[in-house]
Amino acid sequence: MTFSVPSSLEAQLDELATHYPVKRSASLMFLHALQEHFGHITDEAIEWTARKLGLQPINVLELVTFYPMFRREKLGRTHVKVCRTLSCALAGSGELREHFCKKLGLDPHAHAPQTTPDGKFTVEFVECLADCGNAPVVLLNDDLLPKVSTAQADEIIAKGKGL
Amino acid sequence: MSNAATTAPAPAAPPPVEKIRIKVDGRDVEVPKLLPNWQGKLEPTTMLQAIQIAGGEVPHYCYHPKLPVAGNCRMCLVEFGTPMIGPDRKPVLNEDGSPKIAKSVLPYEPSTPRGAIACATPISPGMELYPNSPATKQMREAVLESLLINHPLDCPICDQAGECKLQEYSVQHGQATSRFVEAKVHKPKAVDLGPRIVLDDERCVLCTRCIRFSKDIAGDDALGIVNRGSYNTIAAWKEGAFDNNYTLNTVDLCPVGALTSKDFRFKMRVWFLKETKSVCTSCGTGCNITVGSREGAIHRYEPRENDAVNGPWMCDAGRLNYKWVAREDRLKDVLIRGAKAGWNTALKEISAKLAAAPQGSVALIASARQTTEELFLLGKLARKLGALTDSVPRLGEGDRLLVNVDKNPNMNGAWLTGVAAVPAAGGRLGLIAEAIRSGQVRTLIVFGEDVTKCGIGTDLLAKLETLIVSDILPSATTATATYLLPGCAHAEKRGTFVNAKGRVQKFMKAVEPKGDARAEWEFLHELVHNVTGQNGFSTIEGLFNQMAAEVPAFSGLEWAKLGDTGVTVQI
Repeated sequence: MTFSVPSSLEAQLDELATHYPVKRSASLMFLHALQEHFGHITDEAIEWTARKLGLQPINVLELVTFYPMFRREKLGRTHVKVCRTLSCALAGSGELREHFCKKLGLDPHAHAPQTTPDGKFTVEFVECLADCGNAPVVLLNDDLLPKVSTAQADEIIAKGKGL
Repeated sequence: MSNAATTAPAPAAPPPVEKIRIKVDGRDVEVPKLLPNWQGKLEPTTMLQAIQIAGGEVPHYCYHPKLPVAGNCRMCLVEFGTPMIGPDRKPVLNEDGSPKIAKSVLPYEPSTPRGAIACATPISPGMELYPNSPATKQMREAVLESLLINHPLDCPICDQAGECKLQEYSVQHGQATSRFVEAKVHKPKAVDLGPRIVLDDERCVLCTRCIRFSKDIAGDDALGIVNRGSYNTIAAWKEGAFDNNYTLNTVDLCPVGALTSKDFRFKMRVWFLKETKSVCTSCGTGCNITVGSREGAIHRYEPRENDAVNGPWMCDAGRLNYKWVAREDRLKDVLIRGAKAGWNTALKEISAKLAAAPQGSVALIASARQTTEELFLLGKLARKLGALTDSVPRLGEGDRLLVNVDKNPNMNGAWLTGVAAVPAAGGRLGLIAEAIRSGQVRTLIVFGEDVTKCGIGTDLLAKLETLIVSDILPSATTATATYLLPGCAHAEKRGTFVNAKGRVQKFMKAVEPKGDARAEWEFLHELVHNVTGQNGFSTIEGLFNQMAAEVPAFSGLEWAKLGDTGVTVQI
């Protein structure tokens, strides 16, 4: 697939760059927008950003590799983010994540986000999702799910497999 | 880069330098308030510079006098104090009337000294620096311990061993044993950073010297740090993407064994290398170099600092241009009409031929790759014989940093000794060709050039009665020579080059010549004596001094006065 940024997005980003006294400062916003649009940040997106902002690709790569939320890999259609921070950890988020991983055939001890080979699921352990009262919580794509049980997890998996 | 004119009239007295009085380890020292920074601009003097002026040393990794200050390695931490100021804004005095010093301490832990990084902290009047205090030593020990935590300690197989700051400082400032019992962080090994550079990320101390050099000196913003955090590594955009003509300087700059030269890596332990001061011959800039050789073989060139010429850098092309010296097909024998002969026979025959040659029947083509002394002797010979002379131009591409458009290392030497045509070298080559064709020139002397490539083809060479050639490597010209005299590479003899800016620089002998090859100036001296009857000097020092007396541009120069970094003359 060839890389092409829609002209409306490009125009939007060009305008955005003018908000900053130094073009380089717009790098983060560019990357956010490109990840939003493409789902992850490809080499082409980095090169495009560098070209747009008068930088070298390595300058942009430094930034992308610093922030864990910028993704270099394509995500699964269903993105499961399990909270790992204290309240959720006490409420069994570790077991919940393990459950997801085992059901999907992923390594329950891996650190980084993992995607199933069929590209349907990505499971990830993340820091606090700011809903500690409803621990354990899961961010399913853009929806925050409170008090997630293993039964609910199975439902999520069943639904995701059908997509 | 600044060009220090040494023979120009004495410069006007510099304006008075404002000084600051400080104390270094209890000794009073006066240092300039401002000193040049990496770009030569005046900036407030730093603690590190002040301690160096006081005769001390501050260990450091990331600091380099010719690079922007980064202050990230923390190795140069120094304990210090400043004069105490009372509530009345007046200095607080001790009982003996000396100013009371407030040592820098942690804000909420006044018993713990707080050091400052000497590379980036300016000094102030009355400041006291303690580069050798127990607190400073403790800070160094701690920083070094931290840097060694994830270091692989693979010195036995590391190319940097022997010239590694991590090794040196560990001996001087480190602890004897490691307290680290946890697992080390593993990072990429043998990363192909560029066509000439290999990176070992585990050895890297992340000083960023290579990044700053590439961005600010070489003008190629190719390197960066990715995965910041525990796994941070130096990287280029793509493997192999670090490719400019100055990448190998990062190997010199790297204080540890992280960046290694593909050319030199695993070839030779550095402590076996004999280091010889020399000059690069790849262009008219004449970068000062150190030749590293062992048992007659050259293993590497490294830049040698000379602020009047190359600073501490050199280009990759020049640095790697040493292999031809050891080429298998080097000319090793004296040949008379293709048959092996001795130097004595050859020189005797050549001398007799030249002495008997009628005026104007000899032409001479020299090379601006020869030393000034050789060109001077050839000039003498040519004048005696009334010979047409010239040298071969060698123009190419230059750049804004070091590479000169003139690929001859000694073009100015050829002009100043009167051998090369003015204003453009090579301007008389056509005339020489014509004179051979018309039969006026019966004898041609060629040094270090393949004339078949500059308008004097083998057909013309065949018309000659005598073709006397001296060269280092075989060519179409050497193949047709009546007399072939094997010469020496610059690393096999001594001499001087005059660079494109008129810097007269001497170079020393690193390795022995191959086979029967002899330094050109040695046999030229003999030849000139035989033909002209003039006696000369049989040492390079004497020869240079004689040349200085006879060539106006060099008047007042002496071999000994050239020093290691040369002298600039008017060109």
